[in-house]
Amino acid sequence: MSSVFSAPSAAPPLAGRPISLPRWLRELRPGVTLASFVIAFFLLAVIAPSLLASRSPYAVDLANTLRAPSIHHIFGTDESGRDLYSRVVYGARESLLIGLGATGVSIAISIVLGVTAGLSGGILDGAISRGIEVMFSFPVLLLGLLFVAVFGPSITTEIIAVGIGTAPGYARMIRGQVLAVRGSGYVEAGRALGHRHRRIVRRHIFPNAMRPLVVIFTLGVGQSIVWASGLAFLGLGVAPPSPEWGALLNAGRNFVTQAWWLEVMPGLAIVLFALSLTTIGRSIQQKLEGGLAR
Amino acid sequence: MSVSTPTPAEVAAAPGGAKGPSPSRPPVAGTPRRSLRIARRVGARLLGALAVLWAAATFVFFVQALLPGSRATLLLNEASGQQQSYSKAQLLPVEKEYGFNKPLIVQYLDYIGGLAHGNFGTSYTQHQPVLTIISREVGPTLVLTGAALAFAWVIALALTIATAKRGRFVSALGSGFEIVTAGLPYYWLGVILLVVFAIDLKVFPVQGGTSLAGLVLPALTLGIPLAGFIGQVTRDEFEKVLDQPFVTSARARGMGDLGVRLQHVLRHAVLPAVTLSGWALGALISGAVIVESVFARPGIGNMLVTAAESRDVPLVSGVVMLVAVVYVLANLLVDLAYVAIDPRLSGA
Amino acid sequence: MRFDQEPDGTRELLRVENLNVGFGEGRHARPVVKGVSFSLSAGRCLAIVGESGSGKSVTARTLVGLTGGRSHVQADRLELGGRSLIGLRDRQWRGIRGSQVGFILQDALVSLDQLRPVGKEIEEALRLHRWGTSRTRRQRAVELLEMVGVPEPEVRARQRPGELSGGLRQRALIASALALDPPLVIADEPTTALDVTIQAQVLDQLEATKRRGKALILISHDLAVVSRLADTVAVMNDGRILEYGRASELFAAPKHEYTKALIGAIPSAESRGARLSPAPRRVALGLPPRRETAGGPVLEAEGLIKRFRGPDGIHRTVVDEVSFTLGQGETLGIVGESGSGKTTTARLALALAEPDEGAVRLAGQPWTGISEKQRRERRRQITVVYQDPLSSFDPRWSVGQVLLDSLSPTEHPSAAARKKRVLELLELVGLQEEHLTRRPLQLSGGQRQRVAIARALGPAPRAIVCDEPVSALDVSIQAQVLDLLADLQAELGVSYLFISHDLGVIHHISDRVLVMSEGRVVEHGFSEEVLTRPRHPYTQRLVASLPTLERPTPDVLALTPESRRSLGAPRARAVQAA
Repeated sequence: MSSVFSAPSAAPPLAGRPISLPRWLRELRPGVTLASFVIAFFLLAVIAPSLLASRSPYAVDLANTLRAPSIHHIFGTDESGRDLYSRVVYGARESLLIGLGATGVSIAISIVLGVTAGLSGGILDGAISRGIEVMFSFPVLLLGLLFVAVFGPSITTEIIAVGIGTAPGYARMIRGQVLAVRGSGYVEAGRALGHRHRRIVRRHIFPNAMRPLVVIFTLGVGQSIVWASGLAFLGLGVAPPSPEWGALLNAGRNFVTQAWWLEVMPGLAIVLFALSLTTIGRSIQQKLEGGLAR
Repeated sequence: MSVSTPTPAEVAAAPGGAKGPSPSRPPVAGTPRRSLRIARRVGARLLGALAVLWAAATFVFFVQALLPGSRATLLLNEASGQQQSYSKAQLLPVEKEYGFNKPLIVQYLDYIGGLAHGNFGTSYTQHQPVLTIISREVGPTLVLTGAALAFAWVIALALTIATAKRGRFVSALGSGFEIVTAGLPYYWLGVILLVVFAIDLKVFPVQGGTSLAGLVLPALTLGIPLAGFIGQVTRDEFEKVLDQPFVTSARARGMGDLGVRLQHVLRHAVLPAVTLSGWALGALISGAVIVESVFARPGIGNMLVTAAESRDVPLVSGVVMLVAVVYVLANLLVDLAYVAIDPRLSGA
Repeated sequence: MRFDQEPDGTRELLRVENLNVGFGEGRHARPVVKGVSFSLSAGRCLAIVGESGSGKSVTARTLVGLTGGRSHVQADRLELGGRSLIGLRDRQWRGIRGSQVGFILQDALVSLDQLRPVGKEIEEALRLHRWGTSRTRRQRAVELLEMVGVPEPEVRARQRPGELSGGLRQRALIASALALDPPLVIADEPTTALDVTIQAQVLDQLEATKRRGKALILISHDLAVVSRLADTVAVMNDGRILEYGRASELFAAPKHEYTKALIGAIPSAESRGARLSPAPRRVALGLPPRRETAGGPVLEAEGLIKRFRGPDGIHRTVVDEVSFTLGQGETLGIVGESGSGKTTTARLALALAEPDEGAVRLAGQPWTGISEKQRRERRRQITVVYQDPLSSFDPRWSVGQVLLDSLSPTEHPSAAARKKRVLELLELVGLQEEHLTRRPLQLSGGQRQRVAIARALGPAPRAIVCDEPVSALDVSIQAQVLDLLADLQAELGVSYLFISHDLGVIHHISDRVLVMSEGRVVEHGFSEEVLTRPRHPYTQRLVASLPTLERPTPDVLALTPESRRSLGAPRARAVQAA
């Protein structure tokens, strides 16, 4: 025995890992890989939809209306005979823009509120936290309905309503993170070394508190698209004949009993996209928690 | 082998404040000081709830006030179905009726005062008190919401108890189901359930109205995504609690796995889900709008969509305020449920 | 090694032969217990002692079939009361757990269900084995509480663990394990994380259990704790029993080098001035000693009072009239149980909290009651080492960044000077240049604490506040860190304000000592004086509660040169964190 004084192992028991596989292969989990492919597909649809779909999303073909999915039209056709697959591919750009816009609004609001509350403490923190709680009492969809009633339906209304509606959750998360970092041992250690408050905020609090942003962003885009498409489904979002996914859903509503694919296929695009973003977001989260946090 | 060094707050929070061989006096239920403390806490909670409602009402009012252009013009246009401008004489009676000619601050005070007396305003399109319209329509929506919440809890708990920490494959199956369902949009899930179970298999009616059989698919549609959501937080907590020493203690007394899960772990693990349910109630009511639209089910959904389309702001904001009230009430209930589940919180 | 009979030849209750336990399958397989054998008779106590990762807890859990789903248990013999425990089904195990084997683990605050009254937990054990009716079970629970010395058992049975004092809930935990009168009782680290006075009460109860004719297996990392109860001792390391025999013989004349090192590592009154770890004194770097200032004390505290408002709105005085002085190159120990106010005192000394009354002076100048701006430059004169080093490092930073952060840009203006100083700091604490790029998460517990010490030395302070710096470490690592602190003091002349709950550690390292209880200093003076002839009743009780191990003479503990080398060197290999 070379050394009988074993250092206390930081690894929990049963944490044995295979050693023979190369690192990149080990970390290539099937779920994450699949999700990456889905996202790559939709990104390509955003940049160059014509590469993925040869038919025009607006080409009317009255001889082939309401055809079920087949070899010729893999997602089927709508009541005007337009190819649904092409419409879904061409709709990706606008849908993703709405998702990004709403998430941008949401993150901007939540960073301002969360960081201000977390750093200030005292009365200001109390007031902001209360405000966040008030915002929690407005469900995203209802807020959307209210905004549509007040401002009329439009993409901007949709983006702002979904952005405000999803902000309180993220704001609370960021505030909690700022507070956790502020109360951490390393911030106190920095104080004890005589560092200025500004330096501690800049070097410790801000970078550590912003770590979950990547995750929030990834999860947020998927969530926003789901919410916005819900509004559009009710006829309060982007109007047909745009191939935006929510507009497709709304257009298909009246044909549910005869042509299920008009609802199911655009919905599938939304679900796949959101689920892939969730999968990637969660894997980033795990990596952050496993590699950096305690 | 770590010895915890408590922070000052922990020291202060330690039972009796002092440690040592002398047994600390436990708080005895029913002493005047304790009931006073509880009364003060309940009072503070109620005040907080009122403050949330007041702030919510203020927010809703100012969103309304942001309405671009003249509200009277909008109203007349909606009523006539035309887009035109009106003379002052034409607008004045409308402005008088709805108080648009008063200063904003007076309108605000009127609005808050009205809410305090249960007056949620008058619908622009139906010319009836908002509360009357809502109470006429809300019944089936509340039934749907309640049923969905019940479904969500049953599914989430059954899934967690059955699959949490049961070997890699089963656990992955359970948590995979939760991740997928938690993100499902209502319209999509609804359409699929409708097509499969009502149109193809004909197990449930396509248009169920308010019948019990007609409730199942809509309630599942509304409940399954919430089940996924509740399931996720419950599973995280459940797996953490399963590793706690007191669980090993119970096993070492001879308790079986199911007994441990049901009698010890579950109670500790449901707390986050209880919090989530309070929050989810508002979201469920709003989700019901979509579900009702998919299944052509009666409820506030149809009314609300029509109101939003026809710019009937008082009716929409009335529903928003009611949901805020439900949210606040639900969270008071959550607080009570918390203390019932975790009696430790009653003393703090 | 085979142990065919009990060392004293009494009739045996338990026999374990060639026990092997492993986790995982195939390539992931990891043996945890390797060929362990022992036996135990009624009315006897076997102590299994080892450091973390030695396999002692897994061995204990094998005896109740609770090693978990992915484990493989193999043994030539595994018999309890003549019945073989090999290959039992879960249902059969459940019949044994509680009724044949009582299992006590750790702090009752975590090993009893916090949401239920303790009486219910005891009744549960009875109910699971279909004992009596619900009424008789309730009676039995009260009787059991009374048996383990809980006053007013009817009232206590209806209270939750959180409502009971530390000593009482520990007794309730013991009562729940004894409910069905099992012939074998296993206690897995039953006193870890408990205050020393409560620890003494638990040991009293376990001793009473043994007197009632139970066979007792005591699992602990602490040799002193087990020395009081154990008839036989098994010393485990890396899954093997290295030494097994009568307790009296093993403690007086340990044979195995590991046992010798383990006993030698225990800090105590007798170990003062001696080295605890087998490693030789480090060769001094020959650094210029810290700039001396004329004579006066480094730190003076006068009448410190600190109050906190609890969640119930009641103010509690956490530090009450505390005064002390810390001289240059001296170690002042502060000892007390949890909640005694020692950590708050440390924060006051560091001016991380302002006292409500009283004042602190650093190097003769006011240190509290001034603005943070005035304090900032002088903070370099007094630094800190925490109990949990990992949480005191920014998780994004490498060891090098952590150390650079501690340097003053005015004292080390050039990048080259800073680099040189960082390497110097690493060498001071016995780490190598290769550690610079590591993240603290990738280091072992002892290495992390070395980094924390290096950071505290970075500003070349006059004093370091050490807040429970060795409490989370295994005894052998603790020995290395304590030796390191002693070396650094000798070399650099730095003063320590050393806070610990462990009387042995305090006695070993402190020149003078403050004994704190409930925020007050109940006794202070030279360590020798206070801890060997305590005057205050509280100190007397504290010292009396401390389990002690007669330290054998140095020649008994002397190691052979080669084991000295193999045991002594601090592990350079990083423990890969998962």
